[in-house]
Amino acid sequence: MFEQIVFYSFAAMLVFSASMVVSMRNPVHAALFLILAFFTSAALWLLLQAEFLAIVLVLVYVGAVMVLFLFVVMMLDINVTVIREGFARHLPVGIGVAIMMLLSMGLIVGSKQFQLVQPEDLNKFDPQFSNTQELGLALYTDYLYPFEIAGAILLVAIIAAISLTMRKPRTHKTPKPEKQVSVRSQDRVRIVKMESEK
Amino acid sequence: MIESIYEMIRSYLLQPAAHFLVPATFESEALYTLEVLVKIAAILIPVLVVVAYITYAERKVIGFIQGRIGPNRVGFFGFSLWGLGQPIADAVKLIFKEIIVPSGANKFLFVIAPILSLAPSLAAWAVIPFSENLVLADINAGLLYILALTSLAVYGVIIAGWASNSKYAFLGAMRSAAQIVAYEIAMGFALVGVLIAAGSLNLGNIVMAQDGSIFHWFWLPLFPLFLVYFISGVAETNRAPFDVAEGESEIVAGFHVEYGGMAFSIFFMAEYANMIMIAVLTSIMFCGGWLSPFQGIPLIGEPSLFWLLLKISFFMFLFLWFRATFPRYRYDQIMRLGWKVFIPITIVWLVVAAVLVVADVPPWFN
Amino acid sequence: MIETTKQYLQSLMLWELLKGLQLTGRYLFKRKITVQYPEEKTPQSARFRGLHALRRYPNGEERCIACKLCEAVCPALAITIDSEQREDGTRRTTRYDIDLSKCIFCGFCEESCPVDSIVETRIFEYHGEKRSDLLMDKQRLLEVGDMAEAQIAEDRASDAMFR
Repeated sequence: MFEQIVFYSFAAMLVFSASMVVSMRNPVHAALFLILAFFTSAALWLLLQAEFLAIVLVLVYVGAVMVLFLFVVMMLDINVTVIREGFARHLPVGIGVAIMMLLSMGLIVGSKQFQLVQPEDLNKFDPQFSNTQELGLALYTDYLYPFEIAGAILLVAIIAAISLTMRKPRTHKTPKPEKQVSVRSQDRVRIVKMESEK
Repeated sequence: MIESIYEMIRSYLLQPAAHFLVPATFESEALYTLEVLVKIAAILIPVLVVVAYITYAERKVIGFIQGRIGPNRVGFFGFSLWGLGQPIADAVKLIFKEIIVPSGANKFLFVIAPILSLAPSLAAWAVIPFSENLVLADINAGLLYILALTSLAVYGVIIAGWASNSKYAFLGAMRSAAQIVAYEIAMGFALVGVLIAAGSLNLGNIVMAQDGSIFHWFWLPLFPLFLVYFISGVAETNRAPFDVAEGESEIVAGFHVEYGGMAFSIFFMAEYANMIMIAVLTSIMFCGGWLSPFQGIPLIGEPSLFWLLLKISFFMFLFLWFRATFPRYRYDQIMRLGWKVFIPITIVWLVVAAVLVVADVPPWFN
Repeated sequence: MIETTKQYLQSLMLWELLKGLQLTGRYLFKRKITVQYPEEKTPQSARFRGLHALRRYPNGEERCIACKLCEAVCPALAITIDSEQREDGTRRTTRYDIDLSKCIFCGFCEESCPVDSIVETRIFEYHGEKRSDLLMDKQRLLEVGDMAEAQIAEDRASDAMFR
């Protein structure tokens, strides 16, 4: 009973905030609603006893990714009317993409690995069961190669992103703190003893 | 002693209350809810009192270091008592001040921002163990929970900066966002080192893994991570010398320039609550929590809450000492320190820690 | 090479920061120099320049002869003087105003006075609740002078050899 109330209230909040993300005029408000959506879906995952995934969702997406999102969105001066101009023109394409995504999501959710959890499967783990440990074991044994490949791809992406910002040769001068801190007074200043003039 | 007081409250106060307030079918649920509420109050009320008095301690300590004596006038019942009434007087003053919402500000976000900055730092107390079985929520993913909540504190700052509709506040928010994202990573890596060493995400188990003596605590095998964690903690809480988000010399007061009265003081409380949080986490994860530094010696070697409080006070004092000593970092220096110094150090020491654990190096990992 | 390694290790172990902390830590226990103001006060010089006063001669005659040197020398134009001849033929002021909100307490009026009439006393703890409270007229200046005469005379005597 209690769990159902929690589930339906969080689910309603999730659907509401997700629809607000796409319908808000102000991009900052949309980003803030996206954060709310992440939160509520994390709460739903907690109900499924997937506490590791729930917390990591908050930690990574809310704690880091959305901060950078907000960072960019707040800096941009977005003219909403210009964005909304092409709405009717792009509608067919948009609907096509939406249908494609719906189909692929249906296929994934309908597939064997992603069967919905049966109600009797819930609550079968005792509180001491460590979700994190199980996930780690699965990742580093059964799914070692996919995991490593994903890691390698992410590394390549990081290097690519960094090298994109460094395309131009460095022409400006910057201070080098590691050199600055190693300076000693003996190297720079010479104390000279002089006879004081009468 | 705490257990017996709690038992007394439970049997004389909560059980009758639950009995009278709700129908008999829900009595056990109501009792459980009441118990949790009492426990939350037992944790948060001392925390908030300490938050009030750490402002007093800060003014006193910094005053003493600068050759002054700090607040010494406001007392109780006509006695000045070294100014002990100062936090209460400050609180009364701030409560009665008007909260001015700037025109052009987003009113809802403007009001909710201070709450968003205080709530995570209070919620994080749920998983803090005070002794072996004195913990509100003994969950397995405690460390992750703490990491997730400390990463949320930045939203209060960002939303405050944006909703104020002021350029100084906005600049403060931008600085804070970049800074917290940078230091979050170093902090997370430092904690990964702790969980490699302890083999658990449960904070109670992490403390128990440091059982032995002062040299069994994790500050010794994970010394660089210990330093990185505490310094990143200072940066996370926007304290001096990393307080560029406030930067009163360049951007007036940063993100809370438009706030006044209680809204401002909630930001203030959040900052100090976060400071206490970092001090508690440092003592739990690197300095053996409630374990005694003189383990093995009878009487003073007993683990107790007292030792935890002593360690927390020490780290809190370090925060104040840092503020009185170091000049503020320049913004680009903060970024350099975070990305180019701390993250490489933590990554290197993670490998070292893993080798130490795998090789069962005594006295820590055998 | 050894030097570089040493420096590297020193900066990793936060050596300089620890030295800074040590310094401030020492000051934590040093004697505090705060003056607890209303109870304790810092010593004042005999040449202290506080609230103005107009002095009288011992027989009760006011010293000011309305020469207007102070009015002329005042850099802040805070002094206003009107004068006329009294029945006994001496020239006296009918009006002597000092606007304390303009005054910069430079002490030039005191320096310029040929008869030691306008002086600055050691009084500095005064306040005005209205703007007119800070506009001293002749009556009030003389009252201040009568009140603080003993101190003024003593300060003048101690400073006499330097004048």
